[in-house]
Amino acid sequence: MSSDNRAASAEPGSEPGTTEVDAYDELELYRRMQLIRRFEERVYLVYLQGEIPGTLHQYQGQEAVAVGVCDVLRRTDWITSTHRPHGHALAKGVDLRAAMAELYGKATGCCGGKGGSMHLGDPSVGMLPAIAIVGGGNTVVTGLGLAFKLMHTDQVAVCFFGEGASNEGAFHEGLNFAAVQHLPIVFACENNLYGASTPFTLTSLVPDVAARAAAYGVRGEIVDGMDVLAVREAAGRAVADARAGAGPILLEFKTYRFAGHSRGDVRGYRSREEEAEWKGRDPIVRIRESLALTVGEEVLDATDTGVEAALDDAIEFARQSPLPRAEDALTDAYATVISRESAP
Amino acid sequence: MTAGLPPSQGGRRLTIAEALREAIAEEMRHDEKVFLIGEDVGVPGGFGGAFGVYLGLTEEFGHERIIDTPISEKAIAGAAVGAALMGMRPIPDLQYSDFLFECMDELVNQAAKMRYMSNGKLSVPMVLRCPVGTANRGAQHGQSPESYFVHVPGLKVVCVSDAYHAKGLLKSAVRDDDPVIFFEHKLLYGSKGREQAGGMDLTSYVPEEEYFFPIGKAVVKREGTSVTVVATHMSLYRSLAAAEELARDGIECEVIDPLTLLPLDEETIFASVRKTGRLVIAHEDTLTGGWGGELAARVAEECLFSLEAPIRRVASHDVPLPVAPVMEQTVVPSVARITAAIRRCCEG
Repeated sequence: MSSDNRAASAEPGSEPGTTEVDAYDELELYRRMQLIRRFEERVYLVYLQGEIPGTLHQYQGQEAVAVGVCDVLRRTDWITSTHRPHGHALAKGVDLRAAMAELYGKATGCCGGKGGSMHLGDPSVGMLPAIAIVGGGNTVVTGLGLAFKLMHTDQVAVCFFGEGASNEGAFHEGLNFAAVQHLPIVFACENNLYGASTPFTLTSLVPDVAARAAAYGVRGEIVDGMDVLAVREAAGRAVADARAGAGPILLEFKTYRFAGHSRGDVRGYRSREEEAEWKGRDPIVRIRESLALTVGEEVLDATDTGVEAALDDAIEFARQSPLPRAEDALTDAYATVISRESAP
Repeated sequence: MTAGLPPSQGGRRLTIAEALREAIAEEMRHDEKVFLIGEDVGVPGGFGGAFGVYLGLTEEFGHERIIDTPISEKAIAGAAVGAALMGMRPIPDLQYSDFLFECMDELVNQAAKMRYMSNGKLSVPMVLRCPVGTANRGAQHGQSPESYFVHVPGLKVVCVSDAYHAKGLLKSAVRDDDPVIFFEHKLLYGSKGREQAGGMDLTSYVPEEEYFFPIGKAVVKREGTSVTVVATHMSLYRSLAAAEELARDGIECEVIDPLTLLPLDEETIFASVRKTGRLVIAHEDTLTGGWGGELAARVAEECLFSLEAPIRRVASHDVPLPVAPVMEQTVVPSVARITAAIRRCCEG
């Protein structure tokens, strides 16, 4: 399913994951995808039990994208994320306990309870607080790339966004600016076909977001977002190109969210047949079937057990963690607070 | 006449444009992480920014640090936010503050909130320079939108009116770890505004040696005992002209330039109001929802029993800006309107 809009394609093979991948490498991809899947399923349950405030935008079905892309990134590379950031956060290495505690609104959360589900992030692993404004990351990411260019580092920034964001002005301004500045950025579009309830076909006459790259002199590629190895291969080439100064690159991952847009969505706008068809391409099932032939069921089951244990631990950690102090709400708006000394 | 400007100390006098240029050059020499980004800022043979502030800087610092962009305000602001998050100190330029509305998401949702959302782990040290004010440019090139940003926790808002404070504040803003929106008035950059500013000398004394002026500190431009007048930009100079006129009638105005609108220097303003018992606020931003209303509310909360008369505000009328000079001068605060407001306040 991978295609390349530009005749001269990038050189493969310069980053890990572009050629032979051994079975235990694939097992690790499986483990990370399974961790995200089970994280989302268990979070949903504790959410229904009233343990988590706010709302949830869940990532089931799209795990191959976050895991495949982040697998080719270094800890010093950065990502921007969206209102649906749980998968990106776990794939980039945000601490599982800290991510769970953040959803619980606890002081031990990765944002101290100030961010919550839609703003998960941790600068220490190269993830900005997720940006929950559609298209918001598409301009901010250019500044990450510009900083890397000006500082002469070889870091890369990846901007995750949905197909809906490609109708925002920010998508176009960000992509064009990144292009004329040759910034080390990979724009990673997760096309899950619906912006909330609205099908992409109702909002764009161009069926492929990747095609929009040509308008800016940028390479665009369509990638099977339900195949973690295909994702990793394409991302590996794109990131290597960006790192070598041939950025930006736009990757469009065709994918599907198995759950609704947000917590209360009963998905009346899409058919159960369509859902079944996409679930038939479940990226976790796919790689598990292949791994059963190599590492075997026993190893896979042990991996699953490990995932559940980690989630048990994270949920228990979040439950036991202290709430933020109420007065902490008033800190961190400013780095330098200028005191107001008004007499009563 | 040099009313309200720092007293000449025998040294050189610079325009605001020259002072800003000097501040930027000094900060770029001091810290390689400082860079300029915007439209028409460094193109060879170009304008050096819409108001010439950057002339000559590309020759010294090169195009890598003076970055010309597409006409993409969202990209300019977004790139500044992102670079600042990575530890750079960008100085984005938007040519006209009316264009701020093109990038409200980057400023209000991203720049102002990243530090908070990250629980203090990140900061956004950037200074967005924006020319404000009427200059016969009409409804979309003459607004003074400071108040929109005074409303945004996480931002700092500065308004400069003379070269000395422009330089000192810009240097402080570049070294500040928070995002600063830095408003300058088009008629105050150099000599062009002299006529409309009442024939005043718009240069001011700027020391040769390095100095900083702190964010969050107001200055008393003229001392007086009858009434406190708080004003920015052109309204400041018109207030000073009004004060000259009123002094002949025995009304002694204490004229304050707040310089920073967010956070506001309440201490200086409240102390003056407690002394004079009267307050007039003048700004070119429109009246309704303008920052003058916020100041009036704070003074009413904290200094009510010192007041001897109702607080008066003089602001642009609540209409878009016209081009025809006779209409434009009707909309923005004039010396006559400010004088009348002060008289009314002093009669109360």
